Amino acid sequence: MLNRRSLIGAISAVAMLAASGPALAQDQVDIALISKGFQHQFWQAVKAGADQAAADLGVSVTFEGPESESQVDRQMDMLAAALSREPDAIGFAALDSQAALPLLQQANDAGIPIIAFDSGVDSDIPLATATTDNVAAAALAADVMAEKIGGEGKVAVVGHDQTSRTGIDRVEGFVNRMKEAYPNIEVVSIQYGGGDQLQSTEITKSILLANPDLDGIFGSNEGSAIGVANGKQELGSDVVVIGFDSGAAQKSMIENGVMAGAITQNPVGIGYQTVQAAVAALNGEDLPKVIDTGFYYYDATNMDDPEIAAVLYD
Amino acid sequence: MTDTAAPAQKSGIRMTGAFHRLLAFSGLIALVVVFSLASPNFMQTQNILAILQATAVNGVLAIAVTLVIITGGIDLSVGTLMTFCAVIAGVFLTYWGLPMPIGILGAILAGAASGLISGTVVAKLKVPPFIATLGMMLILKGLSLVISGTRPIYFNDTPGFNQIALGSVVGQIIPAVPVPNGVMILFLVALLTAFILGKTALGRYTFALGSNEEAVRLSGVNVDRWKIGVYALSGAIVGVGGVLIASRLNSAQPALGQGYELEAIAAVVIGGTSLSGGRGTVLGTLIGALIISVLANGLRILSVAQEWQTVVTGTIIILAVYADILRRRKL
Repeated sequence: MLNRRSLIGAISAVAMLAASGPALAQDQVDIALISKGFQHQFWQAVKAGADQAAADLGVSVTFEGPESESQVDRQMDMLAAALSREPDAIGFAALDSQAALPLLQQANDAGIPIIAFDSGVDSDIPLATATTDNVAAAALAADVMAEKIGGEGKVAVVGHDQTSRTGIDRVEGFVNRMKEAYPNIEVVSIQYGGGDQLQSTEITKSILLANPDLDGIFGSNEGSAIGVANGKQELGSDVVVIGFDSGAAQKSMIENGVMAGAITQNPVGIGYQTVQAAVAALNGEDLPKVIDTGFYYYDATNMDDPEIAAVLYD
Repeated sequence: MTDTAAPAQKSGIRMTGAFHRLLAFSGLIALVVVFSLASPNFMQTQNILAILQATAVNGVLAIAVTLVIITGGIDLSVGTLMTFCAVIAGVFLTYWGLPMPIGILGAILAGAASGLISGTVVAKLKVPPFIATLGMMLILKGLSLVISGTRPIYFNDTPGFNQIALGSVVGQIIPAVPVPNGVMILFLVALLTAFILGKTALGRYTFALGSNEEAVRLSGVNVDRWKIGVYALSGAIVGVGGVLIASRLNSAQPALGQGYELEAIAAVVIGGTSLSGGRGTVLGTLIGALIISVLANGLRILSVAQEWQTVVTGTIIILAVYADILRRRKL
């Protein structure tokens, strides 16, 4: 009796979803995107871009990612399930390239084209990687910084990660640009706050106290940038702050002038171009190894331009 | 509480346990049937193996937490303890270059030691299990980050380490069904734990503590010692989980683990183990863990949006426990 009752409940819940699932995935090209995250605003913006491309190109796209960027095994489960579904193509942003290799190999053996996105995959398997050129994006931050401080002085960098690709690229991009193009600007300190706001705040304060004549600080991701701005405010300093990415806090800091401006990636473009590249691969087109999804500098003057506003997230 | 006097009730426990197992098992079968009908890709060897692989770690953690829940306690530290044990394996094997068996043993002993501490805090200091293991959860999370320097520790210098979870001894004998070793280890842990629960003094006291701790104490038994023993055994099992996840990822990921305890507890509850203690089975927990991974896998194969996957999983957990309550009202 009760057996049956609870079973009927479970079955009808699943049947409801089962009915909707294959119906939309039947004839269309099916592309599975496995991302590094899901509910974070950045990833939702990537998803929005992917959905837009799906609508424009008439394909069906699913988008999944683990709850936090540490859940490497959950991402593997998602990739394994996606493979079982036998999609036409896969978009993948690896949390840990090494852990994903056996499954990627499996996809490759099954002839499923793989497009890497965001930070890419350390492997030859992906046909292309849709990502921000972080070196060029950070170089743009250096250009803006140089202009704001008048081409000479002392600057510092608060980085978010010493080991990840984005962390390395952004710091190097900024520092190398300064060295090459602005000989009168000295990078006096490079420190890492793990992208943590509080830690970055403390680091910023110590940098400012050690270098009272500092002219500018670059924060290399959202958490670092907010931390830098907080540190500046706590000490009442007037140092020029350039940030990276967006988010409600950073946007309001730019609006009220604590931060001069920031570089934004184009998460919508990352999602859109990943799907576009997957479709191109399925049509047998050749793809460039790296697809630059673009970046912009934004400040209080252009934040509301439609082109910029579209790629900023809260 | 329907279960009263402890060891005398054993046959009754078995009966209700068997009944519930049937219920959870038919739920699992129903899910499998529905998904098989809905998608031809579900009932494929490769996908079934993927589901089992996804169950291995959560299954082991769930079995560990089942023991503690049967005593009437709860263990919130299993997720981060798993990570801590993985990091210990990483330190032994990658940092110190010790042989693989020592690394595995080190991880399991680290788990047992942590369980010993949790058990002592609960039994001797009388800190409620929820609080004691919440504290341990945070301590272990922090220690994992400290020891590893907040970076993943890779096992590239230990060839064969990833075969612990990913290799397949079964596949060498029967190539058609390459069941990953990780899954076989889960089954082995399940068998051993079921044996301990059913056939040993430790098992009998595990149930007795959950049914009526005071009665056990009054009959002159050293309650604290047995309780600490259960936590230590549970911790050692979590250590096995730590080795499994480290092997699967070929790395110890220090930031991983928080949240995994809740999924393990969900598997335990779906499997019919009572959160008020005194009642529960390893087989039920295993089925509960399978239900969770079948559900996750099936919904993904059907391309259900991730938001809705979460909603459905939550609904199923509530339905499963509600069915249990209905059943007990009738009995």
